[in-house]
Formats: sequence, C-alpha cells, structure tokens
Amino acid sequence: MIPSVPRTRLFDALYLAYLVAFFIYLALPLAVTAVFAFNDAPFPSLPWQGFTMDWYLADGTAGRTGLFHDDTLLSALWTSTRIALWVTLVSVALGCINAVLFERLEFPGKELLYLLMLLPLVIPGVILGVSILVFYSGMANDLSRQWGIELDVFRPGLTLVIMGQVTFITTLTTLVIAARLRKFDRQLEEAALNLGATPLVAWFTVTLPWLAPSLFGAAAMAFLMSFENFNTTVMLTGSDTPLTVALFNRLREGSTPVLNAVALFLMVVSALLALLSVRRNR
Amino acid sequence: MKSPATRLSLILLLTPFLLWIVLLVILPHLQMLRVSFQVRESWDTLSWGLEQYANFFSESYYWRTFVRTGVMSLFTTFLTLLIAFPIAWYIARLASGRARGLLFLACLIPFWASELVRTYGWMILLRESGLFSAWLQALGWSDGPVEMLYNDAAVIIGLVYNGLLFMVVPLVTTLDGMEENLVEAGYDLGGGHLTVLREVVVPWAMPGIVSGCIVVFMLTLGSYLTPTLMGGKDSAWFTQQIFTQFITRFNWEQGAALGALLLGLSSLIVWAGLKLTGQSLRKVMG
Repeated sequence: MIPSVPRTRLFDALYLAYLVAFFIYLALPLAVTAVFAFNDAPFPSLPWQGFTMDWYLADGTAGRTGLFHDDTLLSALWTSTRIALWVTLVSVALGCINAVLFERLEFPGKELLYLLMLLPLVIPGVILGVSILVFYSGMANDLSRQWGIELDVFRPGLTLVIMGQVTFITTLTTLVIAARLRKFDRQLEEAALNLGATPLVAWFTVTLPWLAPSLFGAAAMAFLMSFENFNTTVMLTGSDTPLTVALFNRLREGSTPVLNAVALFLMVVSALLALLSVRRNR
Repeated sequence: MKSPATRLSLILLLTPFLLWIVLLVILPHLQMLRVSFQVRESWDTLSWGLEQYANFFSESYYWRTFVRTGVMSLFTTFLTLLIAFPIAWYIARLASGRARGLLFLACLIPFWASELVRTYGWMILLRESGLFSAWLQALGWSDGPVEMLYNDAAVIIGLVYNGLLFMVVPLVTTLDGMEENLVEAGYDLGGGHLTVLREVVVPWAMPGIVSGCIVVFMLTLGSYLTPTLMGGKDSAWFTQQIFTQFITRFNWEQGAALGALLLGLSSLIVWAGLKLTGQSLRKVMG
C-alpha cells in the first residue's frame, strides 16, 4: 500500500470513497452549525425559512435578541477572553522556563521531574478541576471557619479557573517550546559569547529570536485551549461564567439560533488565530 | 564542579517549575486523596474512614457507571484508532505535495471549534427535529421523525469526533518517518498485506499509536460535556457523578473518593497500555 506496490482499481476506489466519507464526517457538524446561524426561524432546524442576520443584530424589540445585544453572552465572552489572556501569559512564560530547564541544564532527579512535568497529560480534565477546588476552596473554607480570615481569591471564580487551566496547558506549551529549543544550534550561542556577549545578551539576541515562532505557536494554542476548555473550567467557575459554561447552560434550556451565531463567531475567530500562527511559523 | 552562575540559573529556573508542579498538581491531588478518607459526622466534626469507598462498592449504580465509562472509553479509543489509521496512512504515504498539506489542514479544521460547538453540531444533525431525521423523511425511508440522539451510539459518535485530531497527528508524524524500503522488503519476502501491516507497519508506528491512544482515552474518560448533552437516561458517565457530588450535593468527601477512583482507573489503564506495548511515557509524550 505504498506507491511502489501495485494496487487494484477496486481498492483505490474504496480507499477514495473512505477518504471522502471521512472528510464529510469532519465537516458536516460544523457546516450545519454555521448555516443555521442565518436561518430565519426560532429553532435551528429544517425547513429553511430564508436568510437573516437577526441572530447577530436583533436588539430584542421583535422578540429576538441577537448575539451583539445579548448582555449575558457578551459578558461571558469577555470573561473567557480575560481568562485566556492570563492563562496564555502564565503558561507561555512557565513553558519557556521549563523548556530551558529540561533542554539545557543537568541536575540530579531530572528524569523524575520530567515525568512529573508530563503528568498533567494523563490526569482527566475533570479531576484537575476537582483537586484544585478541594485544595484551595477547602483551604479558604477552613481559614474562614477557624480564624475568620476571608480568602476570596480561592473561592470558585476567575483565579481558580486560571489556575486549573494553567496546570495542563503549561505542559503543552513546554513541549512545543522544548521541541524548538532542541533544534537550536548551540554554536550560534557560543559564537555570540566568543564575540564578547554576556550570557544574558546572547540569550536575548540569539536564542530568544530563534524561539520566537514556537512562542507564538504556543501562545495561540494556549489561548485556544483555554477559551475552549470546559471540563476543568466547569468545576471551578464562580459567578462570572466563561463562555463555554454559559453556552452549556443555555443549551440545556433548549437551543436557539443565537447559539449557532456564537458558534460561528468562535469558529471564525479561532480560524483567524490559527492562520495567524501558521503564517508566523513560515 | 559547578560555577555559582550555573547554580544560580538552576535555582532561578527550577523554582517556577517546582511552584507549578507542587502547588497545582501534587498538593491538590494529595488533598483530594486525603479528603476521600474523611467521614463527615456532623457539620463540623470529621473522622477518618473508608465509608466513601464502601459506598462506591455497595451502591451498584456507582460501580456500574464506573465500569461502563471505562469500557466505553476503551472502545471509543480503539474505534478512533481504526478510523484514523487509513487517513493518517494516506496523508503520510500516498498523498503528495499540496494535497498532503491541504488534507492535513482539513483534519485540523474541526478543532477550530470547541468541544461544545462540535457537540452542538451533532445535536442539530441527530435529534428528532434534526437534519438526518428530516432527510430520512424526505427520502421516504421513514414515516415520522427519528430520534437518533440520547443513546450510546450518539455519545460514541461525538467522542470519536472529539478525539480524531489527537489520533491523526501523532500517527502522521510517526508514519512519515518510516522508510518505504521496509514495506517493500516485507512484500519481497512474500508477506501479504495483512502480514506486512502487522509485522512492519504497526511496530514502526507503535509510539504514535500509543501516544494517540493515551490522549484520546484521557479526553474520552474525562469528558463531561459530550456524554451529558448527547447521552440518554441510560448513558451516564462517571464524571457526571463526580460533578453531582461536588456541585449539586456539596458532598466533597464522596466526590473526592469518586475522583480518586477515576484517577486510579486512568493511571492503571495508561500504565498497562505502556507496559503491554513496551513504550515509555517519556518516549510517546515528550
């Protein structure tokens, strides 16, 4: 089954059919979600009632509230953006530090610590959320009960959501940045040192520019993963609900095309972000 | 001998790493384990005991869901591997040039949308008032609306869909590095398609297979969203019970015990998978 091994016509035809079926399977759910964002009907289902922008623009006067006038969804969008920005910042910084630590330095126990670094990948997302809830929120409860100290940062809310997401996203950013650092030719850095640069200057003028594409890649990935995360977030969220949780709550009440409008909006934003990071990597 | 500068940089780089791993991973999980051994006697008195674990074993609903979730996650992972392998093979070995890049990008497209959006898309397609039902009726294959959502098959369709990317990417990466000579040699030595696949291709792709399977399995087992939205009354997922204990009932002790059990199950299966295939976590993940 490689180009140099003869195949029968029938096999080729079947293989092609399978490929086509696979890509239809991939595209179908997203395509219908996108299309029904513009259907002029109160439910996202057939028959097609004509094109409308109501699910984005309606201001609530005609019984329909579009995404851009829906305060709950807009504030959830803003909450998610704030969380994602913090998570990106922290996890890319930590990832960069971890990458240098594991690729450049030798120290006792390195093997073990490397395994610990990979650990969050094999912990179910819900458990990551639950353990952080138990530890920090439990601590806040105990402090409040025993000494009357109120530690509201550790109550379910933005801080805990950010902490929960940083836990596993840092492992991913570390792997992305470390992969790039591994390919770095250390002679370049030595050349800079020979030419009189201090280690710090060599790092900022030679190594960091080399890492830049992976930093952007890791940042885009971290932002998307944070924005889209549900399983860890749902355990830690407080009164400020992030978008995925707000959408989930809406969806349980019943679906309206506003959800399709949000979905399409998110798809476009993530596609742009993905394209941007691909372009930077070229 | 280490110079003071190396020492200093080691300390400076090691501190953030240790803070992250100790404060966000190790301590919270130890605390979860500790709480799972607590028994609440009244609102402010606690004692130690195995009651939470005893509840799990005596309440058949708990352990049935537990076993079901484990088995269905393994099945979903296996199905994802079967579906993804021919695709990865085509992208890595048969497609060339532009087609290759485009097909690979096409595989990534669903992941521009979140799990929630993907699940919602499937709900629009599968439910009673959904598109498949409408199409079946339009074609005359069905007299009334057909409900295809809220059953195990729907949950598996959604979970496989969620996992595909994480299977295709590592498979393409490992298959890409394979020497075509190896496969040719297999055929020259008289092997049929299946023999070559079993003796040459699969062993070569094993790191990618294991890596993809671990990620997909973890995503599936830890999923809350897809089983909740697409599953029916009989398709409970274990994460839902953890959620119920923590968020609805405020019974943290019971929830922590259920969480510890799920963590134990996932660690055990990942460990067994690595041992059976002779891979190491470092090799397949790092």
